[in-house]
Amino acid sequence: MAQATTAYVLKGGRVVDPRAGRDGHFDIRIENGLVAAIGKDLPLEGARVIDVPADFVITPGLIDMHVHLREPGQEHKETIATGTWSAVVGGFTGVACMPNTDPVNDSAAVTQFILKRAAEAGFARVYPIGAVSLGSMGDQMTEMGDLRAAGCVAFTDDGKPVATALLMRRALEYAGMFDVPIIEHCEDPSLKGDGVAHEGAVAAMLGLRGIPGVAESIMAERDISLAEITGGRIHVAHMSARQTMRAVRDGKSRGVRVTCEVAPHHFTLTDEALKGGAGYNTNLKMNPPLREEADRLAMIEGLRDGSVDVISTDHAPHHADEKALEFDRAPFGIVGLETCVPLCLDRLVHSGVISLSRFVELLSANPASLLKIPGGTIAVGSPADLTVLAPDAPVTIHTAALVSKSKNSPFDGWQLRGATAATVVSGRVLYTNPTVPGAEVFAAAV
Amino acid sequence: MTAATRLRSRHLLGIADLDPDEIELILDTAVAMKEIGTRTIKKVPALRGRTVVNLFFEASTRTRLSFELAEKRLSADTMGITVSGSSVTKGETLADTARTLEAMSPDLIVIRHAASGSPHLLSTICKAGIVNAGDGTHEHPTQALLDALTMRERKGRLAGLKVAIVGDLLHSRVLRSNVLLLTKMGAEVRACGPATLIPLGLKALGVHVTTSIDEAVKDADVVMMLRVQHERMVGLFLPSLREYFTLFGLTPARLEHAASDVIVMHPGPMNRGVEIDSAVADGPWSVILDQVANGVAVRMAVLYLLAGEELT
Repeated sequence: MAQATTAYVLKGGRVVDPRAGRDGHFDIRIENGLVAAIGKDLPLEGARVIDVPADFVITPGLIDMHVHLREPGQEHKETIATGTWSAVVGGFTGVACMPNTDPVNDSAAVTQFILKRAAEAGFARVYPIGAVSLGSMGDQMTEMGDLRAAGCVAFTDDGKPVATALLMRRALEYAGMFDVPIIEHCEDPSLKGDGVAHEGAVAAMLGLRGIPGVAESIMAERDISLAEITGGRIHVAHMSARQTMRAVRDGKSRGVRVTCEVAPHHFTLTDEALKGGAGYNTNLKMNPPLREEADRLAMIEGLRDGSVDVISTDHAPHHADEKALEFDRAPFGIVGLETCVPLCLDRLVHSGVISLSRFVELLSANPASLLKIPGGTIAVGSPADLTVLAPDAPVTIHTAALVSKSKNSPFDGWQLRGATAATVVSGRVLYTNPTVPGAEVFAAAV
Repeated sequence: MTAATRLRSRHLLGIADLDPDEIELILDTAVAMKEIGTRTIKKVPALRGRTVVNLFFEASTRTRLSFELAEKRLSADTMGITVSGSSVTKGETLADTARTLEAMSPDLIVIRHAASGSPHLLSTICKAGIVNAGDGTHEHPTQALLDALTMRERKGRLAGLKVAIVGDLLHSRVLRSNVLLLTKMGAEVRACGPATLIPLGLKALGVHVTTSIDEAVKDADVVMMLRVQHERMVGLFLPSLREYFTLFGLTPARLEHAASDVIVMHPGPMNRGVEIDSAVADGPWSVILDQVANGVAVRMAVLYLLAGEELT
């Protein structure tokens, strides 16, 4: 990645970096793309000075560990270039991408292709996640050592669960040699059936086939038990059901190496939304589905009490034509990279569920340490990957204006408080938000 | 609430969208329409010059014929399109089919589709009024309206009636529309079926849910039997049809505990010996053929109220 050659100092901004124990006003000096110094009243010679607006917050670069970039194979939905640009506009300096591309990322060649395309794009950093099984078919384990060496940071058959308990056991054992997690899309296929919405009163009314919450928790319980006997690391992806939250808490309390993530739509929406407007909005169809209020509240409680480790978006772009179908036939998934920060700031931070420090843990520090990737903190000598937040800036989400290639979001028209002001990768200010007054000062660093 | 003189929506997507006074309006209009069917010349010019498209994506005989007859009796120009399920593989989406039809300027599109919510999708695309003739496992509003007309004819009222609905509750759009209509009109609904075929959340609709047919039928004014689609039931949902009939089949003996003037209904097509004993289907309680006749009248009323308003 090309690096800035000039030095600059971000002066006087509030820095929130829980891993470094920082929450206060500090200067950050950036030189040749690296953090050169951080402290109070740093010397300014030889550097451009950027006076950070008083109400802005500088955090370690945000990392979304659950993104579908769709390339190779489904470039009509998203490409590595458009997806990583969407990430940057959303405030993310790094993303981990899921292997359910075409071909599946089950070989080092595909991993290398992804990394090459990501380097060419030069936006957010990309951390590929390899498949657990060849073609994610659930039969034969992938060459995890080879994939790890090529740059994969975790393994998953996301889109579907690891097919058998035996394969999951072997995967946990084998991946354990590299100390990387297995990320599981928890869903019992027989209970899911051909369901399209959360099994409950709303699906019953709308005549939609249901997916019960326990379809998720039963698989999570299987995997937690297997992680317990193997000592492997299991990460529960896009958790949605209260029963799963309970299973993860139980596992953690027994000392099992289990972690979990929640997507913003699962703590901001419920299946009630399916009744809105003309009904059957396919931009509300995702897997796992929007569940009921008790589940949403369980996600909020897990975010509050620390049981949830990570917020990730499950960014799942689909072309408008693919979503303009009968609810039964439309694909699962919504885009999330550009709506995540406003939703989290408005619905979690401003509403008092979590602090800004916890926000940074959930969106930067924890995903970085879970995947053992750089970042998650602002450290001298490390690449300057930073996210600048304007926590009080008003935001209106316009799905038509999303830079992602796909616009499949249910949040059109939502008015929220809290925006990304600027995104910095390797010291380069890749994005300043034109709708946030004051954000333009960061353009001087370019 | 003051009596409605017209429907508030230009679509009939489901009973869920209707207020009680609109339901009364449709039923009252259907009574007038029914008289037309008794004439020698069974035709009025109410929809003359109007175009109605019947878009059927699912096999249907009685509903399609009933709509066609209703349209003809109102003098509408009609087009019928029956699209087999395999047309999906030809690649045209429902939205594109709708736009193609829309270009021919129909006044109403009557749609039957296997996917719940398909009429709602059409209503966001088309200028024409959309009539739901059954969408997936969601609603079948004209069926519930014809059932209500039949009950009202026989019992003189809907409020306070004890109605037992027995069968495959999970997959039945007839159940959903009937529950919505009957609870709106103040009837007491008991829903009965095997535990494997009861949707979660049915109780929340204000329905008494039971797995005992005797409990459901006790003192009932109306017993409505739902079709068991046995081709996809046996194995996963039911051990056998024999056991289904033993536990849930409606027999003359079971009817003895109902109200003395109980009527028995069935939306058809019936599986004799599966959900209903022939002695009941052909017996004095049965109003199944009245339902068919009322179907035409109710559909005339709906079409007229949606597309014929300006002509009156």
